[in-house]
Amino acid sequence: MIEVRGLSKRFGKVQVLQGIDAVFVPGKVNQVIGKSGSGKSVLAKCIVGLHRPEEGEVLYEGRSFHAMDKDEKREIRQQIGMLFQGSALFDSQTVLENVMFPLKMFGTMPRSEMEDRAHVCLKRVNIVDKDGLYPAELSGGMQKRVGIARAIAMNPKYLFCDEPNSGLDPQTSIVIDDLIKEITDEFNTTTLVITHDMNSVMETGENILFIHQGRKWWQGGREDLFHSDNAELNAFIFAGDLMRTVKKAKTGS
Amino acid sequence: MAEGLFLAAARMTILYHIGRYFELLGLVFGRPERLGLYWKRTVEEMDLLGVKSLGIVALLSAFMGAVITIQTKTNIDSPLIQAWVVGFATRQSTILEFSPTIISLILAGKVGSNIAAEIGSMRVKEQIDALDIMGVNSAGYLILPKIVATMAINPFLVMISMFLSIFGGWLAGMESGIVASADFIQGIQMGFKPYHVVYALIKTVVFAFIITTVSAYHGYYTRGGTREVGISSTRAVVYSNVVILVTNLVLTQLLLI
Repeated sequence: MIEVRGLSKRFGKVQVLQGIDAVFVPGKVNQVIGKSGSGKSVLAKCIVGLHRPEEGEVLYEGRSFHAMDKDEKREIRQQIGMLFQGSALFDSQTVLENVMFPLKMFGTMPRSEMEDRAHVCLKRVNIVDKDGLYPAELSGGMQKRVGIARAIAMNPKYLFCDEPNSGLDPQTSIVIDDLIKEITDEFNTTTLVITHDMNSVMETGENILFIHQGRKWWQGGREDLFHSDNAELNAFIFAGDLMRTVKKAKTGS
Repeated sequence: MAEGLFLAAARMTILYHIGRYFELLGLVFGRPERLGLYWKRTVEEMDLLGVKSLGIVALLSAFMGAVITIQTKTNIDSPLIQAWVVGFATRQSTILEFSPTIISLILAGKVGSNIAAEIGSMRVKEQIDALDIMGVNSAGYLILPKIVATMAINPFLVMISMFLSIFGGWLAGMESGIVASADFIQGIQMGFKPYHVVYALIKTVVFAFIITTVSAYHGYYTRGGTREVGISSTRAVVYSNVVILVTNLVLTQLLLI
């Protein structure tokens, strides 16, 4: 479980996050939603330790991340898998080398076992016979899937996905969403997905946190979205005709 | 008043960069996760940053040696000066200054921009964030092999440069007929001090460290997109050159006087 308490982050004079409290539970797809520039990605980067918040703390299984020493932080980080918005695959490494990278860096198994493990992860995301290709030779959807394979290579306890559907067509987006959901169920990971894609929210969102102007504005389940009277949340969720139609069909209003 | 404030701000900025540079060096020399992987990367970097620079170093050295010989002859064309002086001057210019300093400045352009662009691209594409999240010491993993590689390989490049430059000078002198082969060879043997080669190699190793760390610093702290990667790359070359020139003066004072 990951818990965030009173988290505030500022860049210069710009207050990006203010007093965020949230709990992200294991075995569920926890989603952070909000408009572009609302502070979602900064929140994720504070949680994984890429940004240091000015106030508040992040607790992994009740232990404050920022109070940990270097070795403890490294230990937590080795339990984190992250899928980046742009996949962040290493350009100079092949698909297989990318997935094997965390294993080579921290694993103790022989190379043949590392290769086997990497193949299992690649097969899990439906990437086969692409071992020798470089990231630039893959489509956007494939890069995301290889990114997921790399993220799960070390059997992570925590899975972070930053805008996993950005730049993908709706069909591929659904494939990625389903994959994230399946992996969460299969490995019982605490999964945190940063998104503003409403299809994704409707497909996989179980514990949803709405961030607005750097503050936690609302938290609840997928079905609760349709019954909230929070004006900012409704303006964000029901900005498009499609979602308004869905709401009408579900609630009659 | 405004001028004073501007100078104070400039000083603060310089101090900020110097502080952050040394902070980065602290990270670079932190504990490596897997020594074997670092070694493999070091060998790859030796090829990329060193062996692949051999062509440009060889070309420049041969032509510069030829030019030094012709210019020296033109400038000291007097019956009072003995013919071997051309070879002597070519050797001294090459060993003391041209090969260690000018070649390092050229490498700052080629290798420095390569390092800053590579690391800067990795930063803007979040690949460095990915390393950090995995628990990898990204600064050490990316920069340390480059430092070791250039510090190990650049002295060899400079020795090759010394040889080719003097050879180029000899060839130009011979072909143009401005100096006889025997006179040139007598000149390059005249008053040779092996310490001068040691001095040149010390400079080369220090310059290799400067090129790699200054360029890596600019790449590592790139923020933004592809435009900023370009800016980092340019800054890497400019600052590496400035630091090399200042260090050259300091080292010359310390080691030669």
